[in-house]
Amino acid sequence: MTLLDKLSQFFFSGLTTGSIYAIIAIGFGVVHNASGIMNLLQCEFVTLGGMITVTLYSFVGIPLPVSIPLSIITVTLIGALFERSAIRTARSQQIIVLIFITIGASIFVRGLALTVWGSDPFVLPPFSGNRPIHILNATIVPQNLWVLSVTILVVVTLYFFFKKSLTGKAMRAASCNRQAAALSGISVNRMVLLSFAMSGGLGAVAGIIIAPITTTSYDVGFMLGLKGFSAAVLGGYGSMPGAVLGGLLLGVTESLATGIVSSAYKNAVAFIILLLVLFIRPSGLLGEPVAERV
Amino acid sequence: MKPGVGSCGETNPQPEGCRSMLEICHVNKSFGGIMALLDVSFKVERGAITAMIGPNGAGKTTLLNVISGIYLPNDGDIFFEGRRISGFRPHRVSAFGITRTFQHLQVFHNMSVLENVMVGCHSDTSSGFLACLVRTPKVWDEEREVRKKASEMLNFVNLSHRQDQPTSYLPCGDQKRLELARALASRPRMILLDEPVSGLNSLETEEMAALILKVKALGTTVLLVEHDMNLVMRIADAIVVLNYGEKIAEGPPAEIQNNEKVITAYLGDD
Amino acid sequence: MGLKGFRKNRNALHLFMLIAVLTVLPCVVKSGYHLLVLNLIGLNTMIVVGLNLLIGYAGQISMGHAVFFGLGAYISAIVTTNVTGAAWLPVWFPQWVVPWVVTFAAMVCTGAVAYLTGIPTLKLKGNYLVMATLGLNIIFEIVLVEWDTMTGGANGMTGIPHLSVGRFAFNSDLRFYCLVWGATVLTLIVSLSLVSSRVGRALKAIHGGETAASTLGIDTQAYKVKVFVLSAMYASLAGSLYAHYLTVITPKSCDILYSIQMVIMVIVGGLGGVWGSLFGAALLTLLSEFLHIVEKFNVVALGLILMLVMIFFPEGLLPGIRRLIGKTREPTLALGPFMDSDPLR
Repeated sequence: MTLLDKLSQFFFSGLTTGSIYAIIAIGFGVVHNASGIMNLLQCEFVTLGGMITVTLYSFVGIPLPVSIPLSIITVTLIGALFERSAIRTARSQQIIVLIFITIGASIFVRGLALTVWGSDPFVLPPFSGNRPIHILNATIVPQNLWVLSVTILVVVTLYFFFKKSLTGKAMRAASCNRQAAALSGISVNRMVLLSFAMSGGLGAVAGIIIAPITTTSYDVGFMLGLKGFSAAVLGGYGSMPGAVLGGLLLGVTESLATGIVSSAYKNAVAFIILLLVLFIRPSGLLGEPVAERV
Repeated sequence: MKPGVGSCGETNPQPEGCRSMLEICHVNKSFGGIMALLDVSFKVERGAITAMIGPNGAGKTTLLNVISGIYLPNDGDIFFEGRRISGFRPHRVSAFGITRTFQHLQVFHNMSVLENVMVGCHSDTSSGFLACLVRTPKVWDEEREVRKKASEMLNFVNLSHRQDQPTSYLPCGDQKRLELARALASRPRMILLDEPVSGLNSLETEEMAALILKVKALGTTVLLVEHDMNLVMRIADAIVVLNYGEKIAEGPPAEIQNNEKVITAYLGDD
Repeated sequence: MGLKGFRKNRNALHLFMLIAVLTVLPCVVKSGYHLLVLNLIGLNTMIVVGLNLLIGYAGQISMGHAVFFGLGAYISAIVTTNVTGAAWLPVWFPQWVVPWVVTFAAMVCTGAVAYLTGIPTLKLKGNYLVMATLGLNIIFEIVLVEWDTMTGGANGMTGIPHLSVGRFAFNSDLRFYCLVWGATVLTLIVSLSLVSSRVGRALKAIHGGETAASTLGIDTQAYKVKVFVLSAMYASLAGSLYAHYLTVITPKSCDILYSIQMVIMVIVGGLGGVWGSLFGAALLTLLSEFLHIVEKFNVVALGLILMLVMIFFPEGLLPGIRRLIGKTREPTLALGPFMDSDPLR
């Protein structure tokens, strides 16, 4: 394989993982914009998406086209339920306390997942077969295309949701200025609930579409989720185009670094980037530089 | 930052007998596209009470924040006793002998009343981490000193009876006085008061006014921001009026009261 | 004498009680396993007291303190295993001095690492500080596993020599108990001293209102970094002692879960309380060991505890309980002032 072929290969595999990071980054951003919370339970939403689908498909025998939507809906509901029970009822609504609640929940769910499913990896079949496709000197499988197209679908849908739909606009209003939004009749609480639900759904989608490529297990969401967070910070925390850009950039960079430099420190790449961004330009690529607070 | 133009800060350090304590020289401050302060210049006399007034949003608190180093000015200079203090961060500015209180109370709620004031003595002491870990004799001495000074200061503001209480027990007026005590603990040469009587009833306002005069009697220069015109006219020696980030008038209270621009700014054109 | 004087006496009283209990305990507790648990409590207390200075007093949350524990442990392990019996060591140089020197050197090195990483990291606020420290921890874990020529990889290192003074080696649970708790009590004493001094007040002021604190002459950034370094050194000491005690160290002993456990210990014990740290460390260590029987439940329980404590007792479990039974008038300290979502200020 020539260098160009290799680069092409790494590029496409990077686009694939990058798309997952992008979706997860959007999930982080939605909750952050609505409530200021860094929702670390997002990691487990990713895990649950894949694992619930596997359970429904492999153990209960429900065909994929049904088990996938079922799984997404379940995780969405879990997200909503979490917001209602843990976040809403918390005695202190200080952001940092709420973040720790999500951290606790994340550990809790991961422990439960380990208990229920054990530590073995599970496999989901590819959505439309495994016949290799050759494109631009690289070899990919149809699942890669699924990942890319689902990501595009998600991004476009969310774009129209936030730009055109009333609920979407209400969410944007609530994230800009809670008081003004509330005075305009928007239930800010409901927007927060919705944001957690969306983060659940997005996480589940990410976990499901990547499962046929990388297998899924009780802790798959941990690394994916944290890298998704790095992608969000890289692109500009809270910005949707930033999340997409950050995700794709991170995915490709990670893939290139792995292939060209070394595969041993692969997982470190995302976190080194995270630290660099936080130290040098915390607002990320597309975020606005932080102006001093008036 | 350009050096001050004209009569601003030319003499450096101040010659003997020169009266101005603080000189604001052509200070500009913007946030993004918003000009909060536009070419503001004035002098604060030593030992006097100078009040900054102006409609809401005029930039008064912003100017206080620039003086105390919380914001850095985009342009212009600030001189304190002839030395440039603009460009320094808050903890360095306080080393020059300037402390302040805050419009929205910033009492430390994780400590008792006395401890709040003891923090005010921080700049008078110097034991570092190592010394405090090991508790050298110097640390013991400093603790005693600081306790004493803090107690005295609480006495000065009439809060001694609340010395060991948690701060959440204090009503608003007392919390304001606590902040004042904390700011005075290090015997600053100048103190910035940001709306010291906002939210106080008339009795508390009277008490605060008397306190501010007591502060002046100590020899401390006072620069205060206020909306309460009665108070300002009564206790201020000089008034500076800001509107939309610009200085529109400066002078003794009698003059300001009759100044057309000031009246227009507050009441509108007709 | 006032509240301050009474509190000082109360500290002395607590110390006396602690030392009394510690002296009696080994006579009652004979089992090696129980002594092991007590030793672990001691080590955890050391770390948590330092972490509490950072989180509870200065209000800066670190989710990566296991890094400093690991640095202490690994530096001690790597250097002592390579130096002990080394040819270049002069014959007259007593071997037993080496681990002590290395322990101290490890503290200094770890302090330096904390200083270098602390400066950029502590400029961040709230969520971002948490994620940055988390990120550091993950990178550290990866390096530990991948750099296996130095660190022994995923299997870690074994054969770490015990600490000893002359011929007397701290190679039994009981002997180590004396060493660990001696060190822990010392840590408690210096921390209590720090807390009721000018520096302690300055740290609390930073937490209570950073802007106001800086206008009072407190160099907030410098203090944050210094307390970060101090807490890192506590953790490093604990790590070195741990390595010389168990003679084995693996990457798993310094992973994120441990970092989170430390933070939970701080939260449970009550932020900003030196004695609360002892309580938190003891409770969580005991719980951990109890649940260790089924490892899976350890993680589940930990997560559940963190969630429930944060939901119902955000000021910490111990202060929360004291508030419930009406025992305390002291102001409650939340996990942090209201954080903006901006990474800087």
